[in-house]
Amino acid sequence: MTMQDRSSAEAVYDAEEARRARAIRIESVARWLLPLLVVVATVLGWQWLVTANDIPHYILPGPFRVWEQLVTDWPMLRDSLFVTLKITVMALGVAVVGGVLLAILFDQSRFAELIFYPYAVILQVTPIVSIAPLIFIYVKEPTARVLICAWIVAFFPLLSNTTLGLKSTDHNLRDLFTIYGASRWQRLIHLQLPSALPYFLGGLRIAGGLALIGAIVAEYVVGTGGAGSGLAFRILEASYRLNIPRMFAALLLIGVVGVAIYAATALLSHLMLRRWHESAIRREG
Amino acid sequence: MTDLITRQTLPLGQRPRVLEMHDVLKVFNGTVTALKGMSLTVNAGDFISLLGPSGCGKSTALRLIAGLMQPTQGRILWDGDQGEGNGGRGDIGVVFQEPTLMPWATVARNVYLPFRLRGKSFASVAGEIREALSLVGLEKFADAYPRELSGGMKMRVSIARALVTNPRLILMDEPFAALDEITRQKLNNDLLQLKAKIGCTVIFVTHSVFESVFLSDRIVVMAARPGRVLEEITVDAPYPRDMAFRTSANYAAHTSVVSKALLAAIGETA
Repeated sequence: MTMQDRSSAEAVYDAEEARRARAIRIESVARWLLPLLVVVATVLGWQWLVTANDIPHYILPGPFRVWEQLVTDWPMLRDSLFVTLKITVMALGVAVVGGVLLAILFDQSRFAELIFYPYAVILQVTPIVSIAPLIFIYVKEPTARVLICAWIVAFFPLLSNTTLGLKSTDHNLRDLFTIYGASRWQRLIHLQLPSALPYFLGGLRIAGGLALIGAIVAEYVVGTGGAGSGLAFRILEASYRLNIPRMFAALLLIGVVGVAIYAATALLSHLMLRRWHESAIRREG
Repeated sequence: MTDLITRQTLPLGQRPRVLEMHDVLKVFNGTVTALKGMSLTVNAGDFISLLGPSGCGKSTALRLIAGLMQPTQGRILWDGDQGEGNGGRGDIGVVFQEPTLMPWATVARNVYLPFRLRGKSFASVAGEIREALSLVGLEKFADAYPRELSGGMKMRVSIARALVTNPRLILMDEPFAALDEITRQKLNNDLLQLKAKIGCTVIFVTHSVFESVFLSDRIVVMAARPGRVLEEITVDAPYPRDMAFRTSANYAAHTSVVSKALLAAIGETA
């Protein structure tokens, strides 16, 4: 596993090793092929279910009908997609800044943590659906309303994970920094923030999904007054008109956004940790 | 580093004093006496081992010297200064039982740490870092990350970091305890070669009689409950010491004396 003991002996496989190598090859293909096959099978099964039972499209549209609707409504849905995406990304951005800054504050001042942590927990455990109507009353700007809701939902995992990470430094390294006379600031920048990075990135993955949920839920609750042209509003609107294919099309887009956000945060995490962190290291042998 | 070499080659009596502990007492929580009545004089070029069972206060002594805690009573003086505090705290290197490297930084960046915390740029100390890495035989691994190294190699990086600033004193807290016997002996040999080259002053905490006899010119045998110094034994064998010393009669005689002292320390405790 280390660079000095990698031998240059020629390859010799016994039966057991050959079996293991084959299993690894099969898994590397199956990892992509199996999910793909399942998706194709689901789509075909769905289409068969709809055609075989003559289900009308205003009850359950087939996948190809949904796709047609998506293509037809694309200009409108695209605009809504951008609105939802913008709000999600903005909420995530504000949650990252707010969560990390609060975590640093909590870490630097024990009293700040004692005083403010209960509020953070209360915000977290109170369902956003119940806070949203109040925000609707107090905040007039439509985007700001939704943004605030999404932020409330998304920031807590970043705060709690980063707080944990800032505390999880190696105690010998802490001593070493003391011995070398490191300032508070040096300790934060050179020791605590790098130690917290894996925890922060774990929080980011959760917060990415939550920001999307927050944006959608907020739009359902507060965005109905003509405020929202996001995807959630499209789903509501389509449901009033019994345009079920469009509901499915918008739902599909939300799913795609969710997967894209998860993939982006996972990729970011991999890129930042791959050189040193255990979670990003592929085991050899 | 030439300065240190001349310091070490001076006869014992003329070497400058690095550190003096006067009757140091450390009590935790008002009731637990971790260390009592410890006095120790460290001269430049000394290699001193603190040997004793668990709870004998050897790690406490090391933490007091490192300035990580203050003595309850007694004084720790640096370079014969008159002050009470630890003015020289920034001028020591430390090696812990674990390599204690920053996993996110390369080997060179880890060795750079003491300089970085003093506000020096990497470029301005690149020469010192290269020299320290070559002293521990890792110059080729400057850009590797800690996880790519074996346990022994990580420990070498830790040693390079401790000596890169050319400190007055290097503290080692059971640095090789977690390594296998073969790696440990190799590192013991290398440590002595290193000391011969740069003439560093070392206080070395260990559980091992053999390690302490092989490395030190003085062994401080300590007993537990309360932690205290039982005996100070001088190892009367010239440096350089090599593998031949390990099999010599002199080595055997010393290990026997030290083992007896350690037995006494354990016996008094038990």
